[in-house]
Amino acid sequence: MSARELFTFRNTFFSAAVGLAAGVFVATVVFGFIVFPHLQPHLNYADLWDAFCSAAGRPFRAVSTAEEPKAAHPVSEAVLTPTTLAHPTQDSIGRGATLAQRCAICHGPIGISRADSPNLAGQYASVIYKELLDFRSGARTNAVMSPFAAHLSDQDIKDLAGYYAYLPRLPAYHPQQQLSKPHVVIYGAPMRGIAPCGSCHGSLDNKAGSPWLEGQSEAYLKAQLQAFASGQRTNDISEQMRNIARALTPQEIDEVAAYYASQPPEIVKATD
Amino acid sequence: MLVNRKLILAHFWLAFAAFGLALCLGAWQMFVRSPLFNWISDPEWYYRSLTAHGTVMGYVFPTLVAMGFGYAITESALEQRLVGVRWAWAGFWLVVAGAIMAMVPVALGRASVLYTFYPPLIGNAFYYIGVVLVVVGSWVWVALMSINLRVWKRAHPGEPVPLAMFANVAGSYLWAWTAVGAALELLLQIIPVALHLRTTIDAGLARVFFSWTLHAIVYFWLMPTYIAYYTIVPRAIGGRLYSDTMGRIAFILFLVVAMPIGIHHTFADPEVGAGFKFVHSTFTAMVAVPTLLTVFTICASVEIAARLRGGHGLFGWIGALPWQNPIMLAVAFSFVLLGFGGAGGLINMSYQLDSTIHNTQWITGHFHLIFGGAIVIMYFAIAYDLWPHLTGRALPDLSLVRAQLWLWFVGMIITTFPWHWVGILGMPRRMAYYDYTNPAIAPEAFPVELSVIGAFILLISGLLFLFILATAHRQPAKDAGAYRFSVPVHPVRSVPLALNSFAIWVALMIGLTITNYGYPILNLAVCADTSVPAVYVGAQ
Repeated sequence: MSARELFTFRNTFFSAAVGLAAGVFVATVVFGFIVFPHLQPHLNYADLWDAFCSAAGRPFRAVSTAEEPKAAHPVSEAVLTPTTLAHPTQDSIGRGATLAQRCAICHGPIGISRADSPNLAGQYASVIYKELLDFRSGARTNAVMSPFAAHLSDQDIKDLAGYYAYLPRLPAYHPQQQLSKPHVVIYGAPMRGIAPCGSCHGSLDNKAGSPWLEGQSEAYLKAQLQAFASGQRTNDISEQMRNIARALTPQEIDEVAAYYASQPPEIVKATD
Repeated sequence: MLVNRKLILAHFWLAFAAFGLALCLGAWQMFVRSPLFNWISDPEWYYRSLTAHGTVMGYVFPTLVAMGFGYAITESALEQRLVGVRWAWAGFWLVVAGAIMAMVPVALGRASVLYTFYPPLIGNAFYYIGVVLVVVGSWVWVALMSINLRVWKRAHPGEPVPLAMFANVAGSYLWAWTAVGAALELLLQIIPVALHLRTTIDAGLARVFFSWTLHAIVYFWLMPTYIAYYTIVPRAIGGRLYSDTMGRIAFILFLVVAMPIGIHHTFADPEVGAGFKFVHSTFTAMVAVPTLLTVFTICASVEIAARLRGGHGLFGWIGALPWQNPIMLAVAFSFVLLGFGGAGGLINMSYQLDSTIHNTQWITGHFHLIFGGAIVIMYFAIAYDLWPHLTGRALPDLSLVRAQLWLWFVGMIITTFPWHWVGILGMPRRMAYYDYTNPAIAPEAFPVELSVIGAFILLISGLLFLFILATAHRQPAKDAGAYRFSVPVHPVRSVPLALNSFAIWVALMIGLTITNYGYPILNLAVCADTSVPAVYVGAQ
């Protein structure tokens, strides 16, 4: 039988190959799991087994006694899965329309604001959903919005998100002449850690949870960037917007707010 | 004895046509992210193009070349008709269907995840299913190679398997096993999420699965090139192969040590233990052994050819080589590119040195130099060598062939050397654009411009290659004779069973995969808190 001839230590090819492979493996394990961890005293392993486990990819056994640090502010707890807001029913949109009547005083009867509040008509459902959840949980606060959101149920929030996303995107009340794209919208500022605005908020690309900004109130956009920069607004995930807003110059904030306010909402990419 | 020429030509033509398209995309990408062009303003187009370029160049093109060349080797080295021709066509059409299925969502911008998938980024499910079909199509080829060898062995008991076929089957077994990693990643992790059956993904585990494929796939790409070194080059330049046994040992070593080394692609990943990274780093160093054996054997074979042609002296024989012969030119270029690429590879495999170039343009430069340079230039040589036998017509003009090889060689150096350099300067990879007006990255502008020039030279060379192959079909008919492989200096009369069969080596390959990958995979699979939410491309 050929298998019996091959798989025997009398076969020099077999014994040499297995011996070499096993030898290299054992030697590298000894060095990689025992010798090298011990040459790094700053790692403070509890014992040999601890060092071995760490090298294998198991977490340290020496558990830290320090308590988990608490966030200074409540943070956003919004979780979005592909099914959360998928395919809202006509009933849901209808309920959203009824609920939205109480929003109309600021956000306009058809979702276009005359009061420097955000225009919500045609905003992404995920954005309405996240902001309402954040207002309700206290991750985002506003003297007017917080009381409105406090008593909304999960279903109310979904219905409102579905309704506003369903409305057509309309031009703002006082459209201005379109401005050209500022540098920071297209290129960001890599050396200051600023990603291009357009890579999440439209103009280049859209990311889930980021609103499109075209035609929004200039005063509102500016106020939000300043609130992120000062740390007054804290519901951005992983401080993405705070980090960016802190690094923007006041002049860039003005330019960006004016640019997005001057864009017609019809150019928003139809990705939803 | 090439009977199924249509089958082989279909594989080669599809491979080269796809290569031509992906080459255009590559040159465009080089151009739009360089200072020579005023930014396209939409990074999505860049990543879309990059995904298509990578998927075609990484999966479709080399797989089809290996398959087509494998069928040619089976018929000509074993001197028997291919068994399972219908299955071979079925495999081919699976690759075609898979490639189209994968490319449609990419073209629509629904799967701009790059060819390495990068979970938790998730694209359209059809992209992944298409890639799986390409792999399944190639597995048909693997099975056919094994079956054809078995049929031949039954008819020729105890005879040494011809080196070309031995190497070809080694390559197919390597591919069968290495593709399992990406297949597991796709089937267990990515596709369920892409189909919205799950919404979280263990990105760390997925990356470890992919590393199983990602490094050994390079050796699968390399196999046709090495087969050409051993079995085409000495014959084509009028010499003899220095050692048949050395060839067998080199291919066996690739089979065994190409697999248990992939974790060097995850050096910066915290979910893999440092101990296993060291083990893989050391095993990666061992891959240099079969390459050094090959360089030695082929240099010796080439020297034999030179001395047969009257060359003499310590180095004087080099001048006596047939430099007008395209195969001679190709192998010389390939070795130079392999030398530089291999030296760069030694840096990548070292745990500490790698940290200086991790995720920089150095890496992109490196794999273009090795794959696009050393490997693909020999794919050209294989095509030039086989074409007269497949078409029954001579190549139109050898000076055009030489010009094409020169352009590819020079273009590849101009493209990849500055690419390595900007990597050392810290230029990150996988970025759609760079603000070269910024003083901190302004020094990278000139080398990037240089590499764009290189990219266009490569584009010209690639199109010239397609032109030569296409016009060869219209040449007057001329019988090229039987397709033969090189003859060793010492005729091979008998070969030890271990060097004439694969059982030990496949067992060792699987065994080392288990020792080197078993625990890292198991560890991540049983940890409960390692999944993260998927990020769907284009979701809003």
